[in-house]
Amino acid sequence: MSRISCVTGKAVPIIGDDIDTDQIVPARFLKEITFEKMGDYLFYDLRYTSSGTIDTFPLNVPTYKEATVMIVGRNFGCGSSREHAPQAIKRYGFNAVIGVSFAEIFASNCLSLGVPVIRLLPADIDSITAMVDHHPNSILTIDLATKEVCVNDHIFSFSISPSQQEAFLSGSWNVLNLLKANHSLILDKDTQLNGFDRSSKA
Amino acid sequence: MSLDTLYDKVYDLHKVATLPSGQDQLFISLHLIHEVTTPQAFLALKERQANVLIPKRTFATLDHIIPTASVQRPFSDPQGELMAKTLEDHVNEYGIEFFGPDTNKQGIVHVIGPEQGLTQPGMTVVCGDSHTSTHGAFGVIAFGIGTTQVGHVLETQTLAMDRLKVRQIYVDGTLNEGVYPKDLILAIINKLGVKGGLGYAYEYAGPVFDTMSMEGRMTVCNMSIEGGARIGYVNPDTTTYEYLKGRPFSPNKFKEAIAHWETFRSEKDAVYDDVITMNGADIEPMVTWGVTPAQSVGVSQSLPLLDHVAPNERELAKLAFTHMKLTEGAPIMGQSIDVGFIGSCTNSRLSDLRDAAAVIKGNRIDGNVKLIVVPGSQQVKQQAEQEGLDAIFTEAGAEWRNPGCSMCLAMNPDRLQGDQICASSSNRNFIGRQGSPTGRTMLMSPAMVAAAAVNGHVVDIRDWRA
Repeated sequence: MSRISCVTGKAVPIIGDDIDTDQIVPARFLKEITFEKMGDYLFYDLRYTSSGTIDTFPLNVPTYKEATVMIVGRNFGCGSSREHAPQAIKRYGFNAVIGVSFAEIFASNCLSLGVPVIRLLPADIDSITAMVDHHPNSILTIDLATKEVCVNDHIFSFSISPSQQEAFLSGSWNVLNLLKANHSLILDKDTQLNGFDRSSKA
Repeated sequence: MSLDTLYDKVYDLHKVATLPSGQDQLFISLHLIHEVTTPQAFLALKERQANVLIPKRTFATLDHIIPTASVQRPFSDPQGELMAKTLEDHVNEYGIEFFGPDTNKQGIVHVIGPEQGLTQPGMTVVCGDSHTSTHGAFGVIAFGIGTTQVGHVLETQTLAMDRLKVRQIYVDGTLNEGVYPKDLILAIINKLGVKGGLGYAYEYAGPVFDTMSMEGRMTVCNMSIEGGARIGYVNPDTTTYEYLKGRPFSPNKFKEAIAHWETFRSEKDAVYDDVITMNGADIEPMVTWGVTPAQSVGVSQSLPLLDHVAPNERELAKLAFTHMKLTEGAPIMGQSIDVGFIGSCTNSRLSDLRDAAAVIKGNRIDGNVKLIVVPGSQQVKQQAEQEGLDAIFTEAGAEWRNPGCSMCLAMNPDRLQGDQICASSSNRNFIGRQGSPTGRTMLMSPAMVAAAAVNGHVVDIRDWRA
């Protein structure tokens, strides 16, 4: 199991609230039966038009080329349950996302992939964004044990549910083996519920 | 913390264990799958040399990529064909029941689950699709999951979950003539915002829901996710049981089943984390003008002035006006449309088609508008045709299609071109959602879409009836 206690790297701010999973990966790129190329499709319609590259979109700005942490606003990842969205973020090279708030399914998908999504106060996100704007080479350190983000000697506390914190620190974010370990309890539950909790043909 | 709500009861009943991290392991009663979010899960299962633990609890259909004009195989889109083939191979290999195009039971996953009687009160229902919240209409905990979690359910029939808070949305009064469940959920999202439901399951209650049909309840629960709530539900009652009676997968011992289902209802003295009350009579037909489902107005209202938009919503409103090519303060009524879409897991059931047909009957679709009508399932299509609804649509100049998700998310050949503007009965007006990066979407009820298609622009369905 791979423990995740700290994520360190340069960051890129993606400004705006309610950025939905259709923006993160447009639906036309979901017609592939593997996730392999999803990194190429990240924010595709914000990065490219039919006539070329949109130079102003942060992922196309050379200064942010080495970023491995994404800074976002409120309700990031809303909309569809497509895991293609966090897959694209991870495969593009991001190891964590920090923001004001995240859509539930998106956050749960990120947890499944071992990508921490970190909630900070709006004012703190604004401060971090301003620092990264001024000094794109700033290194962010996200410490999951102390629940702090450190950038340029400034420290910002964040909140994370105790179970998610534990999942990253212990490496149990990859939860499949833990689920499987309760095999007999699962079968007991199946038997217990069999009466009316199963869709069965009349 | 909530206590004695349906959510608490169903959650506790299905809890298998507490995991070392503190998360709960929840047993899943019913797993629905489709072609888009499962191939990677099956491939991973194979790599792990694992099996599907309880194949009888998973059901499959083909809906997202399926063409609606011709379902001739192979599909014209080779990628779509590969997705369909991949799903078919997997359901065969693992012994999963498949409602394919040749079964007469195929359709949008959230239409056919209830239609077949698969979804029953007190269950936990999941699917790799955010609109799984639809099934909450039956008094179940139903929510969308990602592909990794699809794999967890296939292999263990369980998921790792964190408990949500429960907010009751109590809607008093009645809905006025011309106001539909779609308008109600758009009004709820407008009031609470697209982030309002983060961390919550929504319980919809009150006289408006007590008298609402199952199809209406499905429409409301469907769009819970657009308000940020992963789960939305209505307590089961006689309306629920009447709907389920005689469905192919409904229980034989129906009286006993009802007694069992009744036990899941939220107690009268249940404790909620939050309660919000509204009055149904205050709601008018709603139309979205922006790029999130909360950016909506009553049809008689004007678009907001930027100065009047809350400061932290202003940037998004600006973006919306730019993308939609609309002007602040302008009336929504009279806004012209290029395309009408009646369909999607929100509004493609028989009652939706009846409402739309009632508006269209005896009229012609405006010459500048293309209207496509996509029934939610083969069963819905068949029933609609028995009632002659297809003829009403086609004689008016609309296109009558085969079932699928179609232009709700445009993964099949149905899509907007360029910056076409569409009156749509679907659930999302996100930028690019209907297949063109510059395409524009206005969400509204099926009756309002029908009326807009006849007139060539947005009208007030209440005047239309007068």
